[in-house]
Formats: sequence, C-alpha cells, structure tokens
Amino acid sequence: MPEETTDHARPVVDTAHGPRTGDVIATPAARLGVLARAWDSDIAFSFRRSPVTIVSAAVALVMILAAVLAPWITPQDPFDAASLNMMDGFTPPGEPNAFTGNVYMFGTDPQGRDMYSAVLHGARVSLVVGLASVAFSLTVGVTLGLVAGYLGGRTEAVIMRVADVQLSFPAILIALLVFGIARGVIPPAQQEQATLFVLIFAIGISNWAQYARTVRATTLVEKSKVYVDAARLIGLKPFVVMVKHVLPNVTGPVLVIATINLALAIIEEATLSFLGAGMPPTQPSLGTLIRSGQQFLFSGEWWILFFPALALVLLALSINLLGDWLRDALNPKLR
Amino acid sequence: MIAYILRSLAQGVLVLLVVAFIAFSMFRFVGDPVANMVGQEASLQDRQELRERLGLERPFPMQFVIFIGNAVQGDFGISYRQARPVSDLMRERLPATLELAMLSALFATVAGVGLGVYAAIRRDGFLANTVMTVSLVGVSLPTFLIGIGLIYIFAVELRWLPSFGRGQTVAIGWWTTGLLTESGLKSLVLPVLTLGFFQLTLIMRLVRSEMLEVMRADFIRFARARGIPERTIEFRHALRNTLIPVVTIAGLQLGSIIAFAIVTETVFQWPGLGSLFVQAVQFADVPVMAAYLVFVATVFVIMNLLVDITYVVLDPRLRGGRTLAK
Repeated sequence: MPEETTDHARPVVDTAHGPRTGDVIATPAARLGVLARAWDSDIAFSFRRSPVTIVSAAVALVMILAAVLAPWITPQDPFDAASLNMMDGFTPPGEPNAFTGNVYMFGTDPQGRDMYSAVLHGARVSLVVGLASVAFSLTVGVTLGLVAGYLGGRTEAVIMRVADVQLSFPAILIALLVFGIARGVIPPAQQEQATLFVLIFAIGISNWAQYARTVRATTLVEKSKVYVDAARLIGLKPFVVMVKHVLPNVTGPVLVIATINLALAIIEEATLSFLGAGMPPTQPSLGTLIRSGQQFLFSGEWWILFFPALALVLLALSINLLGDWLRDALNPKLR
Repeated sequence: MIAYILRSLAQGVLVLLVVAFIAFSMFRFVGDPVANMVGQEASLQDRQELRERLGLERPFPMQFVIFIGNAVQGDFGISYRQARPVSDLMRERLPATLELAMLSALFATVAGVGLGVYAAIRRDGFLANTVMTVSLVGVSLPTFLIGIGLIYIFAVELRWLPSFGRGQTVAIGWWTTGLLTESGLKSLVLPVLTLGFFQLTLIMRLVRSEMLEVMRADFIRFARARGIPERTIEFRHALRNTLIPVVTIAGLQLGSIIAFAIVTETVFQWPGLGSLFVQAVQFADVPVMAAYLVFVATVFVIMNLLVDITYVVLDPRLRGGRTLAK
C-alpha cells in the first residue's frame, strides 16, 4: 500500500516555487520575471549542484540535436545508393582512403557509406522509436492507472492483476512475441514499412504496467484528499475529476518513469534490432548498425561497430542519469 | 505453511492457464495453421482432412481443452519452418540453455554474494568503491554490447576463447553436455560471463545494502558486546540474515536470466532455446513461439514456488502454520 500523506504533514512554506498572491514580501526573484524564477527554483538549484547531471544533459542535448538535424549536417544521405562510392569502402576513421584519398571521421562501411552520417541517421530512428513508444506506454499506463485507482472495485482488480503478471515477464520477451505475431499477421509486402510502427507498439505495450502501478498508487492517495471531495460535491463527472484534478498531481512520478523508460526503450529497440527482430537494414537504427557491424569485428574493421555502439551507450547512459537526477530532485525524501 | 504453499501453487496454475490461452490463441488466429502446414498444391479435400485431423472444426473451448491436453504431454505441433515436431526441437536445445543458465546463475550468486559482502565490510575502501563504480557502468551497458566486447577482447585480440557455438559436446542419453570436454568448457566461459554479469551486479548491490542494514541491528551490537569475533559476526549472524531477501530476488531474477539468454545465445550463436525463439520470431513460426512462451511461464511458476518454499526454510517465523500476507 502507498503511504498516506496528509496535507498538514507538509511544510506550509513554499516560497521556492515563486510567491503567490497574498505574499506580502516579494522575493528578489519575483521582480526578475519567469526565467530568473526558474533559475532560482529547487530543481534548477539541484541541477546546478550536480556536475554529472550537467554533463549528461549536455551530452543528451548534443546527441538529440545532432539526430534531429542529421539530414542537414551530415555530408551524405547514407541510404541513397547514388551518393555512395564503393571505392571508399572500408576506410579507417581519420585516414585517407587508398584509392580516392577521401577522409572520413568515423570511417566507412563496405559500401563506402560514411559511418558518421549513418550513426546520426540511426540515432534519429532510435530516438523516434524510443520517444513514440514511451508516449504510447505512458498514455495506456496513465489511463489505466487513473481508472483503476479512481474507480476501484473489479476494474481495479482486473487491471492490476494483468499488470502484475506482465511485470513478472521481461519486457524484451513480450516485445519479441508481439513482433513475431505481427510478422504472422501483416502481409509480407507491407512488412518493411510497418516495422517502425510494429516496434513502437511492441516496445510500448511491454512497458505500460509500470506507469499504471505508479499512477494508481498516487491516485489512491490523491482521491482521499479534500479537494477531490469538493470537486465531486459540486457535481463534476468522474471523468472531469480524473483528468482535471487528479491527473495534474500524478505528473511528477510519471515524468521520472518516462525519462528512465526512454533510456530503456532505446536499449530495448537496439536489442530487438540487433536480434534481427527490428528495423530493416534499409532503414537502420543504432541496433541494426551494430548488427551489421558485428561481422566485420573479426576482420579488424572495428569502427563499423564501434561508433554506433558508442552512440547508443552515450545516449542511453546520459538519459538514464538525467532520469536518476530528476527522481531525486522531485522527491528529496527518497534519498 | 502448507496453506501458504498451496495458495502460491494455485496462483501459479492460474497464470499457466492464462499463458496457455494466449499461446493457443496465437496458434489458432495468427495466420492459417492449415495454409502454413500444407504446400501450395494441396487440394481442397486434403486441406479439409487436415482441418479435421487438427481438430479445427470443433468448438473453440473444446479446441483449447485439447491444446492443454497436448501441451501437458509436451506436444506443441509441428514447426512451420523446420517441418519437425516442436517438442523434438525444444528437447535438442534444452540442455544448451539449461547448462548456460545454471552456470550463469551459479557464477552470479557466488561472485555477487562474495563481492557484496566484501563491499559491505570494506565500506569506502578503494577496491570496494572501484567494484561499485564498475557495476554501475555495467548495468547501463546493453547485454549484447558486453558480449560483443568480450568477444573482441578474448576471441579476436587475445585468441584465448572461442566466440561461437558450444564446442564439442558429449551425449548422455538425450542430454548433451559441454561440461566434459575442453572445448565445451572453453566455449562456456564467455556466454556465462555475459549472461551472469547483470545478475552479478544486481545481487552484489543488494547484498551490500542489506548487509549494511543488518550490521546496524541491535542483535549485532549485542553479539559484539558478548565478545564474539568480528568474522563470526559478519558471516554467521549478519550474512545469514542478509540472505533471505537475496534468495527472493535471485530466484525471481531467473526471468531476466531467460530474457538475457535470448540475447546472449544470439550473440554467441549458442544452440539453445533462446536462439530457437529468436529465429521463430523472425519467421513467424507460431508453434515454436507458443511452445517457448509456455516453457518460460512454467519455469517462472516453478521458480516462484521454489522461492516461496525456500523462504519458509530460511525464515523460522514462517513455519508455525502462519501465513504471510504479501
């Protein structure tokens, strides 16, 4: 059972979130506007205090920007066959090619594809799948958690039992099963275009249970508070109470789970693609690039595998650390 | 105690029934089982005969009962892709996976408990801190990258260990083992390290934090006051009380061992159930997928039951016929 927090157990003073109407003394920050107030907040303070967090935020930001801008900042479109030159194949990173004299920062793969371009485009696919699947599992999980917590009774029992059973199975196993079923259902001709959506669905559906659990627990706590009673008393419908009154109060924990889940979803997508149950080589994610780079490890062309792997680790690790920080910053009681 | 175990048994059977129903629905509704089993040139009459032989004309609940009956006897039909009975395929590959999983679990438990105790006793020591930091990095690395890294170091650069397969195996009845030949043992090293690594870090962190917790308890202070040597306190008093939650978590981790085995087996081309499942997923080989699902669920239920029983054995408070509310 979740711990019950009563309102009067909390400290009354809350000036850190900006003064409210009725505060007699305005803090200096209040005169400085929104940006300065944000800089002065608890969260910004704990952010400034943690060098690890600043570094990982910078790394994540750079990688996300690079991925978003990939079509404009990369020298070639790695999946347009016309822009590739076979003579450039297997160029080691930073060295001029033996035939063409071209230099590639991250080297090239056997088809002369620039690995720097490939990695940025791959990170783009990985991020799209990661973000979309997190959005999907967040929507499903938060909805079911709210409904379970607010309505209670048999609805709650069924939803939470399903969540329990699903949580005891590894996410990757569920995602693989969903992918396999989709392979059987979708006609072969459309499979390649559908893969992106199948992956988003498979990863999303394998991660909803955690949101549902957390949201249900928070909803149970919020439901017993006076403001919910008040909202009900004035005759609001359950749907309105859930969405307009309870939902805003569960966003904190959901945000934390979503951040950590984004890192997990990116790794899960990479794992699926690595296993051959993910993005096809024509539209590769970081996992697909690692899968195709693996065969060149034995012949010494390490860079075909190394740079996608490095990008994956940096991306997942920095987002993970940000999530850890967010958890501690939003809930100081945990530490 | 018996009521406690019976109740977890009942829950396990329920979970198995639900999983079996999902597996059955997959078999029944994903693609057309008949079209998957006969060739293009089969006549309508042949198809109809097959439908009847498979029992597809019977009512749905009846089909499910028959499916369960067959599943209990280990009959999961015929693989679409390999055209062989699924049970044969599974039996061929079961030893490889079990040897890998058992050795990994053993490695993770022994090394994890050892390192965890060390990190707790030598708290803030240099080596203990190093171990903790390395474990943090290890947790963030995807399993398949750890495997590839190990292959690069020990198989490509150093050439000490093989990078794929089981090596030579010895057949004992239908069981094949890699434990009796040199190449078999060598082949096991890298997959076991890869598969056990995540569990190792998890168990180590758990043992460390539990141990630090227990060392602050009153009975430890009293034991010190009685003049019992520190080593005895650490290993007889503290460690024993640490192990109860560790057993639970370690037992329940078997699920992740199986999940990571899918990945590890693919990285090392290990001829086990995990790689069979991955191939089945790639080719939508539904009978194999269904059988694997039921297999994994069975392992889960058995492990849960064993954990519950171990709990009772380790914690005397649970023995007096009282049941523990979860």
